[in-house]
Amino acid sequence: MSSKADDLESLIGQKYRHGFVTDIESDTVAPGLNEDVIAFISRKKGEPQFLLDWRLRAYRHWLTMTEPHWAYVDYPPVDYQSISYYSAPKTNANAPKSLDEVDPKLLETYDKLGIPLHERARLAGVAVDAVFDSVSVATTFKDRLAKAGVIFCSFSEAVHNHPELVEQYLGTVVPPADNYYAALNSAVFTDGSFVYVPKGVRCPMELSTYFRINAANTGQFERTLIIAAEGAHVSYLEGCTAPKRDENQLHAAVVELVALDDASIKYSTVQNWYPGDENGVGGIYNFVTKRGECRGARSHISWTQVETGSAITWKYPSCVLLGDHSSGEFYSVAVTNHRQQADTGTKMIHVGRHTKSSIVAKGISAGRAQSSYRGLVSIQPGAEGARNFTQCDSLLMGPDCGAHTFPYVEVRNPGAIVEHEATTSRIGEDQLFYLRARGISAEDAVNMIVSGFCKAVFKELPMEFAVEAQNLLAVSLEGAVG
Amino acid sequence: MTSHAEAPSTAPLLEIRDLHARIKDRAVLKGLNLTIGRGEVHAIMGPNGSGKSTLSQIIAGRPEYEVTRGTVRFEGEDLLPLAPEERARRGFFLGFQYPVEIPGVNNVYLLKAALNAKRKSHGLAELDAFDFLTLVKDKMRVMRMDESFLSRAVNEGFSGGEKKRNEILQMLTLEPTLAVLDETDSGLDIDALKIVADGVNTLRAPDRSIVLVTHYQRLLEHITPDFVHVLANGRIIKSGDRTLALELERRGYDWVLEEAAA
Repeated sequence: MSSKADDLESLIGQKYRHGFVTDIESDTVAPGLNEDVIAFISRKKGEPQFLLDWRLRAYRHWLTMTEPHWAYVDYPPVDYQSISYYSAPKTNANAPKSLDEVDPKLLETYDKLGIPLHERARLAGVAVDAVFDSVSVATTFKDRLAKAGVIFCSFSEAVHNHPELVEQYLGTVVPPADNYYAALNSAVFTDGSFVYVPKGVRCPMELSTYFRINAANTGQFERTLIIAAEGAHVSYLEGCTAPKRDENQLHAAVVELVALDDASIKYSTVQNWYPGDENGVGGIYNFVTKRGECRGARSHISWTQVETGSAITWKYPSCVLLGDHSSGEFYSVAVTNHRQQADTGTKMIHVGRHTKSSIVAKGISAGRAQSSYRGLVSIQPGAEGARNFTQCDSLLMGPDCGAHTFPYVEVRNPGAIVEHEATTSRIGEDQLFYLRARGISAEDAVNMIVSGFCKAVFKELPMEFAVEAQNLLAVSLEGAVG
Repeated sequence: MTSHAEAPSTAPLLEIRDLHARIKDRAVLKGLNLTIGRGEVHAIMGPNGSGKSTLSQIIAGRPEYEVTRGTVRFEGEDLLPLAPEERARRGFFLGFQYPVEIPGVNNVYLLKAALNAKRKSHGLAELDAFDFLTLVKDKMRVMRMDESFLSRAVNEGFSGGEKKRNEILQMLTLEPTLAVLDETDSGLDIDALKIVADGVNTLRAPDRSIVLVTHYQRLLEHITPDFVHVLANGRIIKSGDRTLALELERRGYDWVLEEAAA
């Protein structure tokens, strides 16, 4: 009766559904990194001098730094000279003005990914910026947003049309010297999204950016900057995919969020970069710095992430709570299967008085994957009445995977209240059998158990993305049990 | 009352022949025979560790057990190659001795998924939310369960009594042809026992059979069995009518064990 298919250990068998390559002619710079390449990128984008200078300062600093190796991940050294730092589809030397000018092959690519860019086909209420390799190829709903005073465009466009805003805010949350990958990104970043929501405006729709790596041997270094002025509200979602390739590809993004008085930013990520195959060949190295600053009083920043892809994830979306009564949240589901490794978590830095933060991190490991939660809760001396609540739960599927928790807590104000709860559980044969004995298939039973485990995080996602995230989870763990 | 015309009426509902099974290297069933006809209520009693729960789990298809010899036929068909979910969809139900907690999954979600999985396999349309709720609320009244229960996570934070009532609610919702209730009476106070027994009794029907696996005769005061079996050392060693249960209550199991050894 004990057939092999019933065996919890015969987990694993994942299909990546976004692994196709778009055959499109690209303008790709030769591999290698030096000041000429940086000048080339800056020239290609027609950037003002301040930005080129800023890039070069970052690059010179990067040269003095060493790769961080404290994360619980293991991978061969990255050869930064073998990566191409710029790749753009050749058609339309200048950014297309409207969707009708976008290369049909690109539109097709996004259709295949389930992100139709034609506005009429798009779910009402979501504007999309589509970034393909190093450039943004289209941004939808721009006009409607402009009417509300919201600026939503590619980073390159922002540099041209709103250089004062870029100069004022760029690098103020994640300075170029912050860490190795942030410095690299500052030197070579190519595109990304820019959002500015002016004072008192509630952004009339969800904003989203869809990142796609297509070209081989390139890295993607996008930069996103979101500013919510006094009393502004915005909800933003980011999605990512890449073709299946045997080589590892580097993705080193920087995201900066700024919330002024009474502003709120909700940032959600569904990350589905190619994770590599069952044996750990290929996949994206996802080394990302994301940080939000609650600069204003009563401001609020919330990070929600569903991480299912990438061979290696190194990512700690954080909140710096400067304003009094400001609050930060971090909700995370990190799924690792096969040979994937994830070291992810958050930092909550309490500076202002009566600042609040909450962290809910759910890690799921299957196959031979290793998943770590790494978090810092820091209460600065002036953070009178600060509060933090942290909950980390790990779910293990099968005997060969691992889950680790590295919570760091620094409390320098005696009045602070910091709570931490952590659990580790194994998907039980008992749970599985119980559901199957009720007529539910093994696959559905696993999905049910995993969804239940992630519920506290999924309910934070915008509705349509919650469904997408749930489906993605099901795909990532396909064949993981039974 | 409609009967399953396509089912071979001559075959008993469940027929177990010479069943041997083991878990890891330990033999747990050693030549067990048991036949259950339609509309019958059987009680399986026996000392601790005799294999009662094992038998229930094996019939339900628990993967960890390996059947080494013998047959189990359900409505004339070989049950052993079927996955647990397939057995459930064909009309088998196991009421768990220790119902399992599934955090974050609502009761209503599980019940609906279970019922619709069964309906789908029988070529029936899935019930929509309204019809389903009407049905399940009806059953909840029988089990005297509060509606707030539907939005609670499966068995999480339930008292022992609530868990057992939940098992019976699932059974009433799924309307199985054969229900094996594994120590459903353990851990119940007298009021809860009565509610559970009432629930089980509403399911009794000429084409439906129930097996009560129990230590004690007190459940049998509320659900009268047609047959009582003693399971010991991996086999049925004695069968009788309900007076056997009363005798076991009075005299314990030793005399049956001695009789069997003789």
